[in-house]
Amino acid sequence: MTIQTLEIESQTHSAGSDAKPLGAKMEVQNMSVFYGKFRALTDINMNIYANKITAIIGPSGCGKSTLLRSFNRMNDLTPSARVEGSILLDGRDITANREDVVDVRRRIGMVFQRPNPFPKNIYENVAYGPRLYGIRRKNDLDLIVEKSLKQAALWEEVKDKLHQSGLSLSGGQQQRLCIARALAVEPEVILMDEPASALDPISTLRIEELMHDIVKEYTILIVTHNMQQAARVSDFTAMMMIDEHRSGRMIEFGETKSIFTNPKDKRTEDYVTGRFG
Amino acid sequence: MWVVENGIEMTKQISIPPERHWFSRLQRITRHGDSPWQAIIIVMAVLVMVLMLAIGWMLWRESADARAAFGWGFLTPSLDTSWDPVNDKFEAWPFIYGTLLTALTAIVLAIPISLGVAIFMSELCPDWLRMPLNWLVELLAAIPSVVYGLWGIFVFLPLVVTPVGGALFETLGKVPMLNVLFTGPIPPSGASRLGAAFILTIMIIPTITAVTRDVLLSIPSSQREAALALGATQWETIWQVLLPYGLSGILGAVILGLGRALGETMAVTMVIGNSIEGSPSLLRPGYTMASVIANEFAEAVTKLHTQALIEIGLVLFFMTLLLNMVARLLVWRVARRTPQEARA
Repeated sequence: MTIQTLEIESQTHSAGSDAKPLGAKMEVQNMSVFYGKFRALTDINMNIYANKITAIIGPSGCGKSTLLRSFNRMNDLTPSARVEGSILLDGRDITANREDVVDVRRRIGMVFQRPNPFPKNIYENVAYGPRLYGIRRKNDLDLIVEKSLKQAALWEEVKDKLHQSGLSLSGGQQQRLCIARALAVEPEVILMDEPASALDPISTLRIEELMHDIVKEYTILIVTHNMQQAARVSDFTAMMMIDEHRSGRMIEFGETKSIFTNPKDKRTEDYVTGRFG
Repeated sequence: MWVVENGIEMTKQISIPPERHWFSRLQRITRHGDSPWQAIIIVMAVLVMVLMLAIGWMLWRESADARAAFGWGFLTPSLDTSWDPVNDKFEAWPFIYGTLLTALTAIVLAIPISLGVAIFMSELCPDWLRMPLNWLVELLAAIPSVVYGLWGIFVFLPLVVTPVGGALFETLGKVPMLNVLFTGPIPPSGASRLGAAFILTIMIIPTITAVTRDVLLSIPSSQREAALALGATQWETIWQVLLPYGLSGILGAVILGLGRALGETMAVTMVIGNSIEGSPSLLRPGYTMASVIANEFAEAVTKLHTQALIEIGLVLFFMTLLLNMVARLLVWRVARRTPQEARA
């Protein structure tokens, strides 16, 4: 349960060389997740810094996805799930029952492991979110769709076929369409649950590039199996592992560079050097 | 500490001697059964088509004299139709009208109810209620139609249909245009097209509900998650994502219900009043194609009477066939837009 305290303010960060001090967009405090009596996550503490990419790594079944899904309350969909502790978004606890879960999910968007476009055309896929929030004017929607598709690096490929089904696209394009769909509601934080694990290397690369491009405006949290990917794209890395009760714990959290080059925990070292996992 | 994935131990091969083991020998033998098996399957498939054609051909042949005697006039709508076994004058319009009106009314009433129940069962229902509810819906489908008919005569008609019919007569019966369908009064017994439509509604609800529920349950949860993660409410997720996604399957469910409503005989015969009076109103007694065949076939004395009844059977047969074809087309059209397979 020991968490590496970070003295970030004193360090200049590799990816974001701007001088302004890092702000914690989200703070996870002593959070545990239960499925019925089973404790899936134990005492998670971490900060998600604004305009940074934070990666969560760890072996299968260590609760990475459960952790990610706590951030936008997707665990609410599992009837037996229960969260203890708190997750603060700009200082407000989003796990509290009185919080409007719809509002939380608008501010914290999500991209899933497998591309899941709606069986609608490309335009309608992206416009779905804005429409939910009452944007009806065609001009406004056109602008949002174009902007989101450009951010997701998909515009050039689809601008002439916006009225084709989203399902007619390739897997990598579908995933970027899903990213565009998530960006269209202008969330503050984007959760990505192994967004490239079902994709080929080129598509993976494109997704990583677009993450770099959009992180100026968003805060990104990504779960990945792929350690090279975590090392390539992230600014911070959280290492998770299951303990003797098969409950997920965060064993190390810190700047990606230090996690990969100078891990404090032996288990992290074993994992990132590929000795197991 | 942590548990290492047990990868290597798992790959150890358990070897079965390929020739000795009784199971592999059995497989070897049955594999040579492929061609007889295929032949049996083809014969069965052909049998279905032959049956279909045989029924159609029999109805067509056995109604030859009636078709020759009445021509297309047998089917055309008119206000003063006659069904007069004594003078051998037969026209089918009142029965066609009765069948169509009761079945369509039933489907219109059943769709919202069934959709609601199916959505509740697949999306909102707490786990402990799901099993009993499933069971009850399936039970509703298993009740014999004669029981529905009896219950209709003694309970449902006097308690529900008569008051509702009276109220409709007082309200919609006064609205111009609509009043054609709601001229009354409804008979005190409640025996009317409305009664038949209500009973049919109850009878087709389980069919539509069960299929729609299965369609909704088969929608991948990634679709729900996609909508919810964008901040859609559960209501928006259901109406804007799930129902469009499952539309082709739901259409199939509705067609299935309509098919049942068109062909239902016993319960309808017991509650519709079996009269061919001229009024087109829902609140008046009527007749359907299936009920007139059931009621009169045993007593049909003249050849022409029998043949007229068979011709009604022919019309019903073609109507169902046509409906199924239209339904197929509809489901295909919708299915092309959605990834889900058509199921009708």
